[in-house]
Amino acid sequence: MEKLFEHFSLGLFVWQAVLFIALVLLLKKFAWKPILDSVNSREEGIKDALDAAEKAKLEMTNLKADNEKLLKEARAERELMLKEARDMKNKMIEDAKDEAKEASAKLIAQAQATIETEKKAAIADLKSQVASLSLEIAEKVVREELSNKDKQVKLVESMLGEATLK
Amino acid sequence: MHRKIALKPLNLILFLLTIVSYGKEQDHGHEASNSGKTTEAEVKEYIQHHLKDSYDFNLFSYKTDAGEEKHVGFPLPVILWDNGLKLFSSSKFHHGETVAEVDGSYYKLYHSKIYKVASPDGEIIEDDHHHPINEKPLDFSITKNVVMIFMVFAIMFFMFRRMAMAYKKNGRMPKGLGRFLEPIVLYVRDEIAIPNIGEKHYKRYMSYLLTVFFFVWIVNLFGLTPIGMNLTNNIAVTLCLALITYFITTFSGNKNYWKHIFWMPGVPVPMKIILAPIELLGTFIKPFALMIRLYANITAGHVVLMSIIGMVFLLENWLGSSLSFLLAFVLGILELLVAALQAYIFTVLSALYFGMAVEEHDHH
Repeated sequence: MEKLFEHFSLGLFVWQAVLFIALVLLLKKFAWKPILDSVNSREEGIKDALDAAEKAKLEMTNLKADNEKLLKEARAERELMLKEARDMKNKMIEDAKDEAKEASAKLIAQAQATIETEKKAAIADLKSQVASLSLEIAEKVVREELSNKDKQVKLVESMLGEATLK
Repeated sequence: MHRKIALKPLNLILFLLTIVSYGKEQDHGHEASNSGKTTEAEVKEYIQHHLKDSYDFNLFSYKTDAGEEKHVGFPLPVILWDNGLKLFSSSKFHHGETVAEVDGSYYKLYHSKIYKVASPDGEIIEDDHHHPINEKPLDFSITKNVVMIFMVFAIMFFMFRRMAMAYKKNGRMPKGLGRFLEPIVLYVRDEIAIPNIGEKHYKRYMSYLLTVFFFVWIVNLFGLTPIGMNLTNNIAVTLCLALITYFITTFSGNKNYWKHIFWMPGVPVPMKIILAPIELLGTFIKPFALMIRLYANITAGHVVLMSIIGMVFLLENWLGSSLSFLLAFVLGILELLVAALQAYIFTVLSALYFGMAVEEHDHH
């Protein structure tokens, strides 16, 4: 301990105190403050940049989600449109079919009516022909009857057998 | 785990050294031990001289063939306050061989200290305890150590000013040496200042903490160079640093800090009365421990390191000398670590004391 005090040099102490305090003050003004300020502002800059990047990322995700949504909507719309078109097509086909059916039915009806009329005309014709034939036969029968009774009967029978009437 | 590995070769070396030195004594007998003693004394003297401050900047000394000692270096100014300012070159002392005469007063260099003597051939009068009783003038000389302070001052100012300028020029990015220094500055801020002082107050103490950290570190590193300037093994220097820490702590102490010293909350009144003087004493012991720790660590490191280097010359055979050299090398590396470690400890403890002074106890 005594040796410690013997070693103590006041001059060195004073120089150290003066120079060290001067060094602290000088460095504070000319070095530490600018250094720490720069480092702090840089760190803040980095932090801000990171925050901004995070925000941009979030925005990107949102944007992507929006895009996805839009795409989905568009797809749904397209689907809808396609469906509508398909429906319309089907309906048109259906309509056309119906129309065609109606037209054909009409034609058929017309044809049937024509056939009916023709048939009627034919029957009427046939009837008149049968009538004339019957008259002819009757004439002949009458004529035969006039000559031979047996023959007359025979004739009528054969004639009737021949005449395939409807 | 690490310590075990490190200790083994160390033990081996020490063991070998004992054998070697023993063997040497046997071989050479009286003749050698006689000459060895003078070398021993020389080494001891050299170590003591190395640890002391000096009035001239001695680079190296050698002995001529005629036995005359030659010193290579340059003298430094001596500044004395003895009824007026006395300023002269230390070359007037001729390395303590002559008495310097300045304005009719006579001064003599004795054991690296300046004493006033009565006449040109004045002698130093010693008391029973071999303490000179001559008058000692107030001595503010630029000694070797003061030169060292100036040098570190200049180095630090230049280094950190440049670093600061680089930030301005380089757009907030460090450049050159700053790239190496910035992590250390940030380490002091993030690992020393903020955890010990707290986010709120740490900024006020950053200048001191950074300066003291780099100052002690650089000074310690310079102490390891062969120029042999070691500021931190001067009690005056460590006292100065510890005092600054003490004053900053005391003047930044808040109400809470003083309350914890004089009227410790949460203990019975008799205990408060007992604790107050202990706590008050503690405020002085803390910086005192700071002073002693730095001084003792660096001084002890130097003594041990130089003793082992001295052994290189004492053990005059190839095995002992080379082993001593190896040991000195290992210790030199250890001292490099100690240089940084002591700077770190000083800074951390200072920060811790500042933290105590500004601590706020919200929960009380």
